[in-house]
Amino acid sequence: MENFTQHYGLVVPLDAANVDTDQIIPKQFLQKTTRTGFGQHLFNDWRYLDNAGKEDNPEFILNELKYQGASILLTGENFGCGSSREHAPWALQEYGFKVIIASSFADIFYANCINIGILPVTLTEAEIATLFQQSEKGLQHITVDLTASTVKTESAQYSFNIAPFHKYCLENGVDSVGWTLNKLTKIEDYEAKMPAWQ
Amino acid sequence: MATTLYEKLWQSHIIEEKADETPLIFVDRHLIHEVTSPQAFANLKFHNRVLRHPERTIATMDHNISTRFIEINAAGEGAANQLRTLEKNCKEFGVELFNMGHKNQGVVHVIGPELGLTLPGTVIVCGDSHTSTHGAFGALAFGIGTSEVEHVFATQTLRQTKAKTMRIEVKGQVAPGISAKDIILAIIGKTGSAGATGYVVEYCGDAIERLTMEERMTVCNMSIEFGAKAGLIAPDATTFEYLKGKDYSPKGEVWQQAVSDWQQLKSDTGATFDSYLTLEAKDIKTQVTWGTTPGQVTQIDNVVPSPEDFSDPVERDSCIAALKYMGLTAGTKITDITINKVFIGSCTNSRIEDLRAAAAIAKGKKVSPTVDAIVVPGSYRVKAQAEAEGLAQTFIDAGFEWRLPGCSMCLGMNDDVLTEGDRCASTSNRNFEGRQGRGSRTHLVSPELAAASAIAGHFVDLTTINSKVQGA
Repeated sequence: MENFTQHYGLVVPLDAANVDTDQIIPKQFLQKTTRTGFGQHLFNDWRYLDNAGKEDNPEFILNELKYQGASILLTGENFGCGSSREHAPWALQEYGFKVIIASSFADIFYANCINIGILPVTLTEAEIATLFQQSEKGLQHITVDLTASTVKTESAQYSFNIAPFHKYCLENGVDSVGWTLNKLTKIEDYEAKMPAWQ
Repeated sequence: MATTLYEKLWQSHIIEEKADETPLIFVDRHLIHEVTSPQAFANLKFHNRVLRHPERTIATMDHNISTRFIEINAAGEGAANQLRTLEKNCKEFGVELFNMGHKNQGVVHVIGPELGLTLPGTVIVCGDSHTSTHGAFGALAFGIGTSEVEHVFATQTLRQTKAKTMRIEVKGQVAPGISAKDIILAIIGKTGSAGATGYVVEYCGDAIERLTMEERMTVCNMSIEFGAKAGLIAPDATTFEYLKGKDYSPKGEVWQQAVSDWQQLKSDTGATFDSYLTLEAKDIKTQVTWGTTPGQVTQIDNVVPSPEDFSDPVERDSCIAALKYMGLTAGTKITDITINKVFIGSCTNSRIEDLRAAAAIAKGKKVSPTVDAIVVPGSYRVKAQAEAEGLAQTFIDAGFEWRLPGCSMCLGMNDDVLTEGDRCASTSNRNFEGRQGRGSRTHLVSPELAAASAIAGHFVDLTTINSKVQGA
């Protein structure tokens, strides 16, 4: 996993609430056995008019020329609800998103992002509304600083909360499995004390 | 100090809790399937790591298998590749696999309980969000992503942030004909689609205690649909009776010890929760979703809502978008909505009691000529029992297709897919846009209502039909 400390990038505003993982990556693309090859199918049913994914839907915001190269997704509440498919953050990451900003995230999706090195940023609804307004006025580039836990726009700065260990893992690209394997004796101690039925 | 059931489960699984690290908890049972495991196995191999407890890991094929043929290639090349990869990985890492056609094969959240793999007081995970189903036994059970699947493979543990707690009490007794599906949809209608994000929910009250284990599973299954990390129901005599003698349940003295321990698994009197919700069971009517999230739900004697009915601007906008996608007009009576597809199945409603309830409605009737209806049992055991009881024949005589076990049209990863414009009465758990096929429209309902709608060709008020309606 790549280290994440700070990111400066273009914001694309996706004005929708309850965006579920079936929208982020529809099920027909889940038959791969690799972690790659999902970016081209991100938001497939919204992004393409045809089933083959050849014909762009001109009304979908990610298809607008001015948002090409966007790396920060700004969106509504309860983003990533539904299925546990990690294919959803894989698709977002492969498309080029480093940061997702929303007023709330579904729990499993949030954990999946942390585990693959996407930074999910939770801001208040008022802050999200302001960011959407700024994006309506014109293209918005912002700096997301994980170390300081801040989002800096041209005119404002917002703080966000992130669990210290999540922050540490993202900043250092920690191999979480390796980290836990270093605690093997603690796991063995636990296992030795379990009741027989467990 | 009085503690909640969740707190007890949490404390009994903590391996390490430090200020600067996310707590580490032990995982007792890891259920896997073909879709979310291959990348985890691949990473394990890449790092030359071993699977710590193959005996705590159980695999089944369910998400993208054919429900027409016991044939690995029958649902396409991609599906076949995933199924073969699972076979290969399970062999290499010594994991027990219930392959296509195996007597124990079925939907992961159906087979876990019916085999006694799901036990009270345990932590159960699976790379599938409907793992919340197993909370019906007083197990802490939740869905995980593939990186976490890999973590469990290698360490038999997970890092988890402690959740907040919510108590949902359903008081009194539901009216005859009101199912567990109606109870949970009514709850989601109250909380909205993210009402329990960050919470573990404990369901309690008379109406919950009266439920059978299969009904409790239906309730807990949909906990994720209002954002809950997990759903819980305290184990009781109903739970122990269900588990006794199951293939993988503890036996002999270990069983006695287990039941003795499990009897302690309940929230203490006076335990406080972070949030509370109370419903009166008698107020719950038959539920039908009209929108594209499970929270967009109403009752059978109501009409499709109008955006003006919502004061919250997000809900209003969501209503506008949902009505457009669903092709519905505000004010339309729910019973006037015609459907052309019916799906009875999924980890929510494909167990024997679900099939009995649907068959009781279908018996002696005919599926409307304008409707295609399929019944997909949750497992081979359910299938065998339904065939032995004559339920399968009842469905077939009525014009339903009787299929092989699998996830099927709940998510349409195999070839059981709706086409654009299809409108389906479905006993599954998600009505998201395109969930059952691009451009298709899903209405979530109980097995009883799905069967009745298949016959009528539109939604019907179950209280107006003469069939024997099974009480809840």
